[in-house]
Parts: sequence; structure tokens; C-alpha cells
Amino acid sequence: MARIIVITSGKGGVGKTTTAAALAMGLAQRGSRTAVIDFDVGLRNLDLIMGCERRVVYDFVNVINHEANLNQALIRDKRCDNLYVLPASQTRDKDALTKEGVGRVLDELSQGFDFIVCDSPAGIEHGATMAMYYADDAVVVTNPEVSSVRDSDRMLGILASKSRRAESNEEPIREFLLLTRYDATRVDNGEMLSVKDVQDILSLNLLGVIPESKAVLNASNAGVPVILDRESDAGLAYGDAVGRYLGEDLPHRFVNAEKKGFFSRLFGG
Amino acid sequence: MAVNSRSSGGEASPAFELKAAGFTLPIIRLLDGNMEAVAEQLGVKVEQAPDFFRNAPVVIDLTVYPDGAGEVEFPSLVGLLRGYGMIPFGVRGGTKAQNVAAEGMELAILGDAFIRSPKPAGGAANQSVSGGADPGAGGQDPGHGSTINGTLVTRPVRSGQRVYAAGGDLSVIASVSSGAEVMADGNIHCYGPLRGRALAGARGNTEARIFCSDLQAELVSVAGHYRVSENIPADLRGVPVQVYLDQKILRIEKI
Repeated sequence: MARIIVITSGKGGVGKTTTAAALAMGLAQRGSRTAVIDFDVGLRNLDLIMGCERRVVYDFVNVINHEANLNQALIRDKRCDNLYVLPASQTRDKDALTKEGVGRVLDELSQGFDFIVCDSPAGIEHGATMAMYYADDAVVVTNPEVSSVRDSDRMLGILASKSRRAESNEEPIREFLLLTRYDATRVDNGEMLSVKDVQDILSLNLLGVIPESKAVLNASNAGVPVILDRESDAGLAYGDAVGRYLGEDLPHRFVNAEKKGFFSRLFGG
Repeated sequence: MAVNSRSSGGEASPAFELKAAGFTLPIIRLLDGNMEAVAEQLGVKVEQAPDFFRNAPVVIDLTVYPDGAGEVEFPSLVGLLRGYGMIPFGVRGGTKAQNVAAEGMELAILGDAFIRSPKPAGGAANQSVSGGADPGAGGQDPGHGSTINGTLVTRPVRSGQRVYAAGGDLSVIASVSSGAEVMADGNIHCYGPLRGRALAGARGNTEARIFCSDLQAELVSVAGHYRVSENIPADLRGVPVQVYLDQKILRIEKI
């Protein structure tokens, strides 16, 4: 049986798709068979971030509607044999996702995979609730600012009350916090919430802190999950987050502002 | 939770399940022994909302029935209620003699605790009881169990969630997030940071109070008298306080 992980946030633009791509790639690189599903029907992005947009034939909605089978729709990643992408449809809307249909696809995927990563759309409406309904674990992606934190809190409430596990009185979904676009210098200047501030409000298991980085945008544009960029701090931070998810005890990097050396101060580096 | 009676084959398959569930029911609180007056006034009420009363199970409440009003004429009262389409099925708060008379009419005797007890523990039952408490907009029950006269919440109450302890106190031993709402007919005790809204005495009990160890609330209210965070002095924020009504004035003081 696969473990189903939903990447969610409530708020848009915080880095859900980036995170879904990075975590899925990270898990696959460590040898787990991983599928990543784009639930953002009508506004699909995951295929771009994964760099497989030119290979999409069938999509998630086709599989739900029995117009294609799963093997036809799954796209194998060219960089990692363990990773498959199930893209969203761009021409439908989110009502195409039915609870039964999603459940059937996830069931079928569960047979052959270790992890299923569900990339949730923004908002708390149908698409987002479908993405989280069957989840075993949830990664709540949050930016260090108040509106994102409140939306994440709202999403956590929904996870606790409207998921399959909540409805059938099973063990609740495991919830993890992933803080993205973190800028330690701005935190020190009091312009941004700190890790501690966010944890005071959400009190969650901290999966990782991803620093604000130019590498993320570059990676998105290039269609390469940022975790593959071993030169960038964001890529390394995602690598750590995958390790922590798998139970490794790793110290949090990039949480404190770097002390600038004499030369970099001198030359404005 | 479906009842399994139709499952095919096998003698072992259960024909029924025994479950406990709580219901919110209309109560007819009898204030007068004069059945003609009751009939007349009830007629007016039923005319206003015939659908509400049609086939509605009702409980006859005798807690405030005046001693000097003579015996309750159960046969005519039951006949009257049935005539208006209601289904009287029990009484509560009566004296021994009244209870005997009620049993004679095959009415159930309901203890006060039976009616007043808050939502029972257990997911499915909870969902069905919460009714008007806005389940659509955000759900409920963050680790929610009921004690004898109160409700205990052990998990954080998240933004958008509402918890309502009907008929008793509410104790929260986790945080109440901003945008969340906790309500109780009795007192509210909050042992984590209280950042959302807290409304004690939701049904008008002016004796209800709010106790919290870390007040950062958006709004506090007792029996409808409220204060928003803008009007809570800074020195009362982030410290243990109690909130209560003193002569219709909402007071917040350190404890």
C-alpha cells in the first residue's frame, strides 16, 4: 500500500507545486516508487515544473472518466525511473473530480507505488478537498507572513474534520509544516515572521525551512525540480525535508542569516 | 455506520446494531394547567409554522409548572398535541405524581441529565447532532469528547472551526486560532493561547464566565455582551484572565 501525501496550503503562490515536484523527486531518488498527481484541474502547472508538458497525452480526468487507463496517462520521468507524473486536465473544471473516481485512481496507484504525492490547488473548495480527502500525511506549505499562516491554519482544520480518516474515525492525518520563501535577514530585521512565530500559531511538526532563492524560479522555468539543483540552498533544504519525512533527524539549515565576511561586505557580495 | 441487516448470507451477520445518539428536540414548557388556554395559544403558534410542528417529536417540560395550578391533564394535553400533528413522547422535570400520570399515558420519563447532556462522544453521532452549527463552513470536533456536564477539546481549534458546547462548559486544552470560534452555554476554559472568538453563556446565561491562561482573543462575549480585541487593554493581553458580567458590564480581570 502506498502512503498518500497531500501538499496543501489554502493560499495560492506559496510553493505547493514546487514542493510537490521536489518531494516527489526526492522520494523517487531515494529508491521509492513515487507518483505525483496534479489536482489543479483547469490550471495545471505540475507538468511544466516537472518538464514533461510536451509528453502529455491523457490526463487525470481521462482516467477518472474511464477514457484512458492509468498506464496510458502516467508519464515516466526522464531523470528518475521511479518517478511518474499524472498531469491534470487543462480543459475541464474541478467538478470533474469525483470522490469515487479519485478514490478508484488512488486505489489503483496504491498497488504499484510506495508514495503518492497529491499537489493540491489553492483554496478550500472542491479541488482542494478532493486532493486531501484520501491523504495519510499532509505537508502544509506556508510562507512566513500572516495571511498565509491563517490560511494554513484553516486548511489544518479542514484536514482534521473533512478527510476520509476523520470521517471514518481513523487515526488522524499526520501533519507537517514546510516553511517556504524564508528570508533570515528580513526576519532579523523584523520584516518577516520567524520560524518560532509561525510554530507558535500552528504548532506542527516542522518538516523544513526552504530559503527564498533565485534557484526556485530558474528551476521552474527550466522544468527541473529544484531539489536536483545541488548547488542551491533551496535544493539542499528540500533534500533535508525529504530526509526528515523519512525519519532522519537532521538539523535545520538556512534558518539564521549568514554573517557576511569582511570581503563580501567590502565588495557588496 | 450503516446498519448491516441486508448483507447476504451467513447466520452470523448482525441484524441490528445498538447505538447511542443525541437529538435536539422541541420542548413544550408548561406554565399553566388550563388546557383551554394552552390549546388557544398553541393554535396560534402552529398556524405560523405548520410544517415545523408536523410530525415533530416533542417533550413536555414540567420544571416550571406552578404548584398551585392543579394536576396536569395529560390525556387532554396529549390529545391536543397529537391533534396539531405533534408526537408527544416524554416528559421531564415533573413530580412523582406527575410522572406516574404521564406513564399512564405511555409517555417516557426523561431525566434532566438525559436532555441536558451535551453532544455525545464519537464521530458519527456528533456530526448528526451539530445541525445548525455550520458544519459546511468548517467542520467541528477537533479531538472532541464530552464529560458529564461539559465538553473537552484536546486538539487545536483551527481557523474556521466552531466548537459549541450545548448545555454545559467547554474546556480547551490546546490553542484556539484566530478565526476560530468557541461557544458554550456555560463557562469556557482555555488553557492554550485564545486567539479566536470566545462566547460564553451563548443562550443568555449571564453568570457564565471565560477563563483563559493567555488572552489574545479577537472577541470575548458573555451572554451577548461582547468586546472586540481593539477594546481589550494591552496589559490584559497575553496574561491569565477571567471575563465575566458585572451589572451588564463586561469585565476582564487578571487572575
